[in-house]
Amino acid sequence: MSGSTASSTPGAQGLGLAQYAICLKGIVWREALRYWHQRERFVSALVRPLVWLFIFAAGFRSVLGVSIIPPYDTYVLYEVYITPGLIAMIELFSGMQSSLSMVYDREMGNMRTLLVSPFPRWFLLTSKLAAGTAVSLAQVYAFLLVAYFWEIEPPSPWGYLTVLPALVLAGLMLGALGMLLSSLIKQLENFAGVMNFVIFPMFFASSALYPLWRVKEGSPWLATICELNPFTHAVELIRFALYEQINFLALAVVLGTTIFFLGAAIAAYDPSRGMLKRREGP
Amino acid sequence: MSSSTPEPEAASNRGASPPAALVVAATSHSYGKRKALENVGFSVAQGSFSVLLGLNGAGKSTLFCLITRLFATQRGTIRIFGFDVNRAPSEALRRLGVVFQARTLDLDLTVMQNLSYHAALHGISGQATKLRAGFVLDQVKMADRAREKVRDLSGGQMRRVEIARALLHRPRMLLLDEPTAGLDIKARADILKHVRGLVASEGIGVLWATHLIDEIEPGDDVVVLHEGKILDRGNASEIAARAGAAGMGPAFTALTGAAGFEGEPK
Repeated sequence: MSGSTASSTPGAQGLGLAQYAICLKGIVWREALRYWHQRERFVSALVRPLVWLFIFAAGFRSVLGVSIIPPYDTYVLYEVYITPGLIAMIELFSGMQSSLSMVYDREMGNMRTLLVSPFPRWFLLTSKLAAGTAVSLAQVYAFLLVAYFWEIEPPSPWGYLTVLPALVLAGLMLGALGMLLSSLIKQLENFAGVMNFVIFPMFFASSALYPLWRVKEGSPWLATICELNPFTHAVELIRFALYEQINFLALAVVLGTTIFFLGAAIAAYDPSRGMLKRREGP
Repeated sequence: MSSSTPEPEAASNRGASPPAALVVAATSHSYGKRKALENVGFSVAQGSFSVLLGLNGAGKSTLFCLITRLFATQRGTIRIFGFDVNRAPSEALRRLGVVFQARTLDLDLTVMQNLSYHAALHGISGQATKLRAGFVLDQVKMADRAREKVRDLSGGQMRRVEIARALLHRPRMLLLDEPTAGLDIKARADILKHVRGLVASEGIGVLWATHLIDEIEPGDDVVVLHEGKILDRGNASEIAARAGAAGMGPAFTALTGAAGFEGEPK
């Protein structure tokens, strides 16, 4: 055989740690490249939270007073309060966007390229999730940069660093949710339903826009729903991390939910479970 | 050789010689109540060009999904060089190259970026990828287009890139699902010639699924699949002789006619 690389026996070398690293890197790199080719996505992902910040929050600044609640040790402006919520919103949309692109890939057949790789499927899906999260991090930091010029910043610059693990975890959780949904959505056209039944309830029934004690005043049962909503905990994890603190309850919930969503997604993409129903183009 | 008898021992019918590139044994699959494959069994020897001939809806794509482990095999076993795709998927998939019926390249990425992604999915490092990609692209005469976006290529060129990509990790077995669908006559002939060349020069086993009878040569191994069942298999000229027909075309009509032609192509 006139090949030009050293090993000529196919598959002679096993899949060692180095090969796993190459595979992970390749999946993240492709996601980043594809993202680069869809810069509108980046712009819209940035504009959405900025509209909330500049218009919604500015308008409600005087209506909603936020009292001193942890992690804040002083009165904060409403813009400051909703910033963690908007960050989580970026990650929520990013997770749903990956979900959409997975459904699209599956319909177009691109997904097969990924699934016929010799690496175990759990690893391929987890790598895909990591890739999506990496892309969402870029969006979040771009948003934080703009917010900085709007004079919304963590108490110390360290906050930008301490928030990173929280962003990664929240991103993984929401990405895993998206992946699970993608396995349940049979067709691309059904995606609009996800918007209505997942994104909006998750975002509004959470502590993203208003503190839970305020919700409780209005409706105790809604407050309970908010407390059960994992998105609330993603928001709180980010909020505390920006202030260099750890909210352990939020950490536990986000971690547990991530494991649950990811495990369910991997199970759903297992070939023997038949979630990948026949999707043949003629 | 009767039509649909299972032959689990197909792998060993060459004595102690190396295992067949692909063995499909007594495989059945159904979607709910509808049976898509019924007791399908055949094998592809190393270095042979085998044709899976069937109309649309015959079960070719289902079979490909099973071989590539997109679906788990419900009944029967599928082995690639002796590795069961369900029990040792990693070993099996590593030895397999696939060209799917649907286009599966990223249109916005360049040819080289597409190949690099595929290489990474097989754990091949950047340096090795560059060398190997140059070689496989050269084989399909696409080396000078490596930096171009896939979107700018013609259908035939995309197919050639997909074939190059499928060979990137040096598989010894190549599956192609209707690879010439939608291509013009010249592109079809080029691709067919290239793949036949690979069989001759590199000894790769090929399973070529098609519904186009003129892609078959008299010496090819042919598996005739119709409504999920194998009607006949063997050397193309033998099949024709058995059916008492002058060539594969009339033989196919005779075979499918005999089996009842309710399942006309969609």
